[in-house]
Amino acid sequence: MKYLLLLNTPDDGLPAEGTAEYADTYVRYSTAMGAMAQAGVLIECRPLRASSSATTVRVRDGETLLTDGPAAEIKEQVGGYALIECADLDDALKWAATIPAAEVGSVEVRAIVDTPPPAPR
Amino acid sequence: MASVLRMTGDLAVAEDAVQEACLAALAQWPDRGWPDQPRAWLTGVARHKAVDLIRREAARSRKEAAAMRDLAAAGPPEPEPGLWPWPSAPPSAPGRPAGIGGLGDDELGLIFMCCHPALALEARVALTLRCVCGLSTAQIAAGFLVPEATMARRLSRAKAKIADSGIRLRQPAPDELPSRLAAVLRVTYLVFTEGHKASRGPDLVRGELCDAALRLARGLAALLPGEPEVAGLLALLLLTDARRAARTGPDGELVLLEDQDRSRWDQAMISEGERLLVGALRAGRPGPYQLHAAIAGCHSTSPDAASTDWREIAALYGELIRYEPSPVVEANRAIAVAMSEGPAAGLVILDAVGHHPQLSRWPQLHLARADLLARLGRTADAVAAYRAALELEPTAPERDFIARRIRELGTGLP
Repeated sequence: MKYLLLLNTPDDGLPAEGTAEYADTYVRYSTAMGAMAQAGVLIECRPLRASSSATTVRVRDGETLLTDGPAAEIKEQVGGYALIECADLDDALKWAATIPAAEVGSVEVRAIVDTPPPAPR
Repeated sequence: MASVLRMTGDLAVAEDAVQEACLAALAQWPDRGWPDQPRAWLTGVARHKAVDLIRREAARSRKEAAAMRDLAAAGPPEPEPGLWPWPSAPPSAPGRPAGIGGLGDDELGLIFMCCHPALALEARVALTLRCVCGLSTAQIAAGFLVPEATMARRLSRAKAKIADSGIRLRQPAPDELPSRLAAVLRVTYLVFTEGHKASRGPDLVRGELCDAALRLARGLAALLPGEPEVAGLLALLLLTDARRAARTGPDGELVLLEDQDRSRWDQAMISEGERLLVGALRAGRPGPYQLHAAIAGCHSTSPDAASTDWREIAALYGELIRYEPSPVVEANRAIAVAMSEGPAAGLVILDAVGHHPQLSRWPQLHLARADLLARLGRTADAVAAYRAALELEPTAPERDFIARRIRELGTGLP
């Protein structure tokens, strides 16, 4: 089964490049994601730009409404994601617990509906 | 049910198939007589029903192929240990289902699935009672005093989460076992405590929940004979439930432990519980359920209330706090200390923990305080504490008991 792991963190965005904090974050995430890749469960993973750079799109009555910022203002923001494939929820939960975001924020584990994306026309 | 689930991997299909098989049995057995192996007959029919059900859902073609393959490979149905009722054989009997790699794996897998920590606790309890203990949705709803439709929704939400999120029927890996087992034991314990002392409603005891919890604990003990906490839980349930008949009077009124007619306690259950506990403790891996059982044992093996070893009970609660650092355990320790060292010593501990928000909503705290205050001669404070307990809307027998105590203290209700 495929799962999307949503990495929620209290810090918005990555630390500034070149700082010790950036290096530390980089090492911790490389270790966690490297282990997933090694085990053959990782499909892809990326950090996201800060939620302050987000734009939220809503279409109401045919009109597109744009809002500056994330859909919901909460204490934790989605700071990255990992797409994995593993046997079942227990495996996915085990991998989720190895991600640094789980220690300072949370990791939401969502099963993916396995339908292929529509073919380009 | 577990073996059909193993084949289909779909809880809803397995449940429907088992239900249809039971209906078929009801229709056929009275006329044609009982089959030689009723359980094997049911399993075989249920497997075929499951294949029918899957076939009806065209979208599930992949699963059908797998199921047909499994069925073909399985050949004619063989006698196998079914889920319930559990074999009554003693733990050392051969042929008993033994879990983790043994015959009982499907049964255990089903229990671990229903008690999966990814499910909400109330969903785990409901699902276990439905799928493992075989209670009907109506029975479970009655047990927890919620409308049947509410319970049906709770069950279907839980089943949907299992299917959608990918919770599978499988044994936990050895490193997962302690936490997963704790979740299973918690569900069993919760079912029992709700039955033993209902949190709401007209009755103090709901026997069908106590019985379901006991069956579940017996099954777990048969499947996981090497786990001292499982034996500890079964011992706890036996030692506590042994007092059931004496806990209520002729009109369903509450009878306190110290006032109970001990000749009405079930001696067979007490000695079985004691035996199990001694065996569990011998493993040298203590845990909260063994400690709870040891406390229950102190009460149940005491010939009369006066000879209760409260010093030992206070020490056991002190030990239990290491596993369950909760104000409830601390309050229970206070009561035991009061019984062994006098009400003043107990009151000091009770008042220290009494301000905890969780505890102030717990009627037992106020009842314990009231009792200690009354013994110290502080009648007005005792009555106030009894009134505080009344405000938390305890069960009807408890309400009557409190009213009686207030009357005995010579004040009377306003």
